[in-house]
Amino acid sequence: MTMEISVNGEQHKIEQDMSLMDLLHALALTEGRIAVEVNGEIVPRSQFATQQINHQDKIEIVQAIGGG
Amino acid sequence: MSLNQDKPLVVAGVEYQSRLIIGSGKYKDFEENLSALEASAAEMITVAIRRVNLGQNKDEPSLLEVISPDRYTMLPNTAGCYTAEDAVRTCRMARELLDGHKLVKLEVLGDQKTLYPNVTETLAAAEILVADGFDVMVYTSDDPLVAKRLEEIGCVAVMPLGAPIGSGLGIRNPYNIRMILENASVPIIVDAGVGTASDASIAMELGCDGVLMNTAIAEAQNPVLMASAMKKAVESGREAFLAGRMPRRLYASASSPIDGTFF
Repeated sequence: MTMEISVNGEQHKIEQDMSLMDLLHALALTEGRIAVEVNGEIVPRSQFATQQINHQDKIEIVQAIGGG
Repeated sequence: MSLNQDKPLVVAGVEYQSRLIIGSGKYKDFEENLSALEASAAEMITVAIRRVNLGQNKDEPSLLEVISPDRYTMLPNTAGCYTAEDAVRTCRMARELLDGHKLVKLEVLGDQKTLYPNVTETLAAAEILVADGFDVMVYTSDDPLVAKRLEEIGCVAVMPLGAPIGSGLGIRNPYNIRMILENASVPIIVDAGVGTASDASIAMELGCDGVLMNTAIAEAQNPVLMASAMKKAVESGREAFLAGRMPRRLYASASSPIDGTFF
């Protein structure tokens, strides 16, 4: 079974039973400073491993970039 | 600066020796940004919060690897937000990203052409953020009543525009900035509008506590040299303010004695 999720506005198909940490590994995003929202709620870094991804989750992953 | 008895700029209980805050947008690369930052002697730098690029080369350095939050005070902004809700969400993401960092630059824009602040949304966002424990430095219009209201809400610094963001038009309404200063008990920092060094000096000569700029440095032909110029401009404007300028007179006043001429 696969699930559909949205990551930064893009649709992705993933396997079931994935944690947020698994997803970040799959996206090669475990290095560097990021912050993550799942369905509009911030997930603290300490909960990445325990946060399960569910079908149709909307995930936003952000970083700091140049700006005024 | 040995002659003057200036106090440091204090924002949210933290002392800064520099009264210049610079941005990190529009630079050629992070290295040029860092060189400009060093030349400016600024201690605080604004950053934007955006989606990571999912396809990005993971060996590419990120901004925070080049400009270290351990060395400089990060000032995450809410640029690009047009509603209080988006601005609050952005600040919360920034706080998570920077390990509980509370200092933010709130800006809620009203219009893409002018980038003027949407004042009602800015006030609403400021209320929520202050209640949520953020230290809010707030970009706003040069309206003295709005500036005072933002201070009353609990913002730690009020940052009126000198002119539209990125316009480089200078301080368009120095009289409004003076009115804001007269009523203020938090730092007043001109944010946006500075085009060149003299604009920064004018802001400081008016009595502003600091100046925030991005484009004036980043879009200069030589950004690092302009950063150095801005450092001096902010310092000299501040010293001139503390020194107290002479009164303006309509007519001349001779500098050499009138008596003792031999002709």
